[in-house]
Amino acid sequence: MLHRAAPALTFQDVIFRLKSYWAEKGCIVQEPLDCEVGAGTMCPETFLRVLGPDPYNVVYVQPSRRPADGRYGENPNRLYKHMQLQVILKPAPEDVIELYMKSLEAIGIDLTRHDWKLEEDNWESPTLGAWGVGWQVMLDGLEITQFTYFQQCGGIDLEVVPAELTYGLERLTAFIQNVESVYDIRWNDRVRYRDVRFADERQYSVYNFEEADVDSIWKEFDLHEAECRRLLDAYNGLEDRAARERFPLLAAHDRTLKCSHLFNLLQARGAISVTERAVVIQRVRNLAVGVAKSWVDQQRGTAGAAS
Amino acid sequence: MSEFLLEVGTEEIPDWMIPGALADFERRFRDALAKCGLGAGVSTTTEATARRLALFAAGLPAGQADRQEILTGPPRRAAFDAGGNPTKAGEGFARKAGVAVADLQVDEKGKLFVARTVKGRSTADILAQVLPQVILSISFPRNMYWLGKNGPRFIRPIRRLTCLLDGEVVPFAVAGVAAGNTTFGHRRLGSERIAVSGAADYRLKLAANRVILSAAERRNKILSEAEKLLPPGRKIRGNPKLLATLTYLTECPTAILGGFDASYLTLPDEVLETVMLVHQKYFAVEDRSGKLANAFVAVANLDGDPGGEIRRGNERVLRARFNDARFFWDFDRKQRLCDRVQSLKAVTFQADLGSYFDKTERNRAAVRELAEALRFDAAQLRAADRAAELAKCDLTTEMVGEFPELQGQIGGLYAADQGEAQDVADAVYDHYLPVGSGGGLPRSEVGKVVSLADKLTTLGGMFALGMIPTGSRDPLALRRAAYGVIRIVVEGGTALSLDRLVGIAAAGGNAGKLREFFVERLRYWLREVGGFAYDEVAAVLAASDAAPLDAAARAKAVAAVRPTPDFEPLAVSFKRIRNILEQAGGERKYAGRALDRELLEAGAEADLHAAFGDVLGKIQQLGETARYEEALREIAALRPAVDRFFDDVLVMAEDRAVRENRLTFLARLLTGLSSIADFSEIVSA
Repeated sequence: MLHRAAPALTFQDVIFRLKSYWAEKGCIVQEPLDCEVGAGTMCPETFLRVLGPDPYNVVYVQPSRRPADGRYGENPNRLYKHMQLQVILKPAPEDVIELYMKSLEAIGIDLTRHDWKLEEDNWESPTLGAWGVGWQVMLDGLEITQFTYFQQCGGIDLEVVPAELTYGLERLTAFIQNVESVYDIRWNDRVRYRDVRFADERQYSVYNFEEADVDSIWKEFDLHEAECRRLLDAYNGLEDRAARERFPLLAAHDRTLKCSHLFNLLQARGAISVTERAVVIQRVRNLAVGVAKSWVDQQRGTAGAAS
Repeated sequence: MSEFLLEVGTEEIPDWMIPGALADFERRFRDALAKCGLGAGVSTTTEATARRLALFAAGLPAGQADRQEILTGPPRRAAFDAGGNPTKAGEGFARKAGVAVADLQVDEKGKLFVARTVKGRSTADILAQVLPQVILSISFPRNMYWLGKNGPRFIRPIRRLTCLLDGEVVPFAVAGVAAGNTTFGHRRLGSERIAVSGAADYRLKLAANRVILSAAERRNKILSEAEKLLPPGRKIRGNPKLLATLTYLTECPTAILGGFDASYLTLPDEVLETVMLVHQKYFAVEDRSGKLANAFVAVANLDGDPGGEIRRGNERVLRARFNDARFFWDFDRKQRLCDRVQSLKAVTFQADLGSYFDKTERNRAAVRELAEALRFDAAQLRAADRAAELAKCDLTTEMVGEFPELQGQIGGLYAADQGEAQDVADAVYDHYLPVGSGGGLPRSEVGKVVSLADKLTTLGGMFALGMIPTGSRDPLALRRAAYGVIRIVVEGGTALSLDRLVGIAAAGGNAGKLREFFVERLRYWLREVGGFAYDEVAAVLAASDAAPLDAAARAKAVAAVRPTPDFEPLAVSFKRIRNILEQAGGERKYAGRALDRELLEAGAEADLHAAFGDVLGKIQQLGETARYEEALREIAALRPAVDRFFDDVLVMAEDRAVRENRLTFLARLLTGLSSIADFSEIVSA
């Protein structure tokens, strides 16, 4: 049997194709959030949109920063910042798994020749008060996607259950291009991943592990937390519906994300003892839960006003 | 007799839950049938893959049997007037019963009645009614909802229901899915919609659509293919848990042989195996001598790998993982384990119990106490102390960060690599043992002491804080820790008393509760591992629960002597003595009293007294060397004397002094002979 592979897709081709695929399936194509996050789940496009009864379908690439995972650009598989392609399908369609499989086929993966498995993997984020059940998707032994049916977010049981698909773009492309190191991924025909990303991997590793000033990061953390709290208290103090509707809860959410990132940074810096860790997680969680609760309230009000 | 097929088609169910869910499914189905009077003579079987739970039943009746029903109405007097014409009440009853007035009958009390036959419902009707509940009540460890928060809950979304009774669809719906006559095949090798006409057709069509329904068949396919792939002299390292996982993770399993560079074999086996088995779900391969080979067997959910893509992909993933492990191994070894002790101050053990450094200090103190109790020599004490000092240091290594399941083992490997004495390294390696109820114990006495110290200080610390496990909440696995202590003491032959263990644990005000906690674990061990009967365990622990090892030895003796002819009758007599004493004011009342030999009646009573004195001396002597079985035989030999006593002697004698003296004698007898086991707890057959 003649089986000649077409030239493997580039990194950007993989992104283009996945975005077009999901756009064809009715997703809006969003751009990344302009704020540091550890995962695409934390973006308002996921974290806030999954709340409430309204349907929402979206695809976006979210650069995700995990300071502790940095390896100075020296480890072939570990990155401080990796790219997630995030898909939210709310409500989850009945054929969601088949849709997902076809997305892999859309980037040239022949699932009659590659071993594809769904292995149980439940997801939980203590800082977001969120959890879901689902799988890690394994392709020839490599985890390429996290598939989650959200059950709770911001401590709230979801009215409508969405499916969240999170593709690890570097791994997936390394697989498709059959390269051993993410730095060898062809970004396009001429440029490699290393050319684009090596400098920030190295520099941010130096910053996260060596240079970041612990005292000022704690101060920043406290400031963002205080601002978020101030906003949440102000919202809860409002009696007037109209005033609630225009209130900047999204700005409060930004502050929560800042705190979450600064917490990760402090941890990478080794500045948080294990005991403190639980306390700081609780502080961030309180913000996230506060934002989620207020958001649900605000949306309900808006829907009520529209009808 | 009807044939029935029900398939619950779902998204991928976690492999480890499937066998339990299937059993529950079958049980609930049978219960539902039985409740509706359809259960007799029905045989059921089940099969499953990750995407389907299938139940087959044969021998179902066509429906419930018809049954007679008596409807009682008003008295005849009220239903007919003097002229024999029906009154309103008579007509009303006839209408309600659905018969003509002429068909009304009169019972012996003069009341009207109608006997009528109620048609049994058809099996199809009943199934349609009960199946939704049967399906939704299958129990899984963690359910989800997918149709909104008030929707049905199941382990994963239900996507298809196939339900046929003699080829006819049984009409019902669950979670918006209507039962029908179609199923689905393998996700890529089969068709998405396959019509089936019955159980046999279902199996055939699934096979044609690359679904091997039988778990046994999938299991055998994996094993036989693995065997064929490997060259002579090599075989997969057997692992029943992994085999079960792969069996339920696939619908069409195919074994694929892969390899890796032999240079990775310099990494510890523990690390290689964890990566292959746990992280990648591959079988490790070993050569004739049992040594790991540079090969693995992966199992794909496809029918082959003609182009080798799957093999190459898996090899690449494994290579990346082994590279990481090699990096950690080299990196960690740049810092000696003993130089990590201080960094344990930054690792919290438990909020109120401080860091692992503090824990290490407590462990070392406990080791010293245990060593003293067990009369360790200086070298043993040195080794145990050193092991306790190093035991937690691997928590700061990269390798344990990556492979938390290898904590302890990694420390032991680094210790050996860094020139620590072998007994120290082994004790570090083993200090979390035993894990679970079947796992091995620490290999050496030094290792047992280090493990005991670690568990005791955890238990003591948590109990002192009042954090005692209740219900299913036991986050620090204290039950397992306590059970580990019991296993080391009993199975490891460590002669430590419970009081001593509890004292070393230092549980503060909750020492009593901790002791009780240990007794419960001991009771469990005696029952489940020792295999002793409930009453034997009760008898032994009632005699004394002071020393677990000793209790086990006594239980063994009781079980050995129990089948002898004198034993159970003697137990009956002991129970009689206990009852007599209880009625006479309680055993304790007579316990301290002096016995007046002069008052003993010549004959049966005096003889028993003499025999008792004789036996008492013997069993005390035998007890000192734990020869409990012989001691029990001595006691059992008292049976004729005891029998004669009860035949000839009236315990509750008229004369008060004689009576009291006799009760005192019996109390002594009971106490004296109950040091090994309290016979009155024995339930005779």
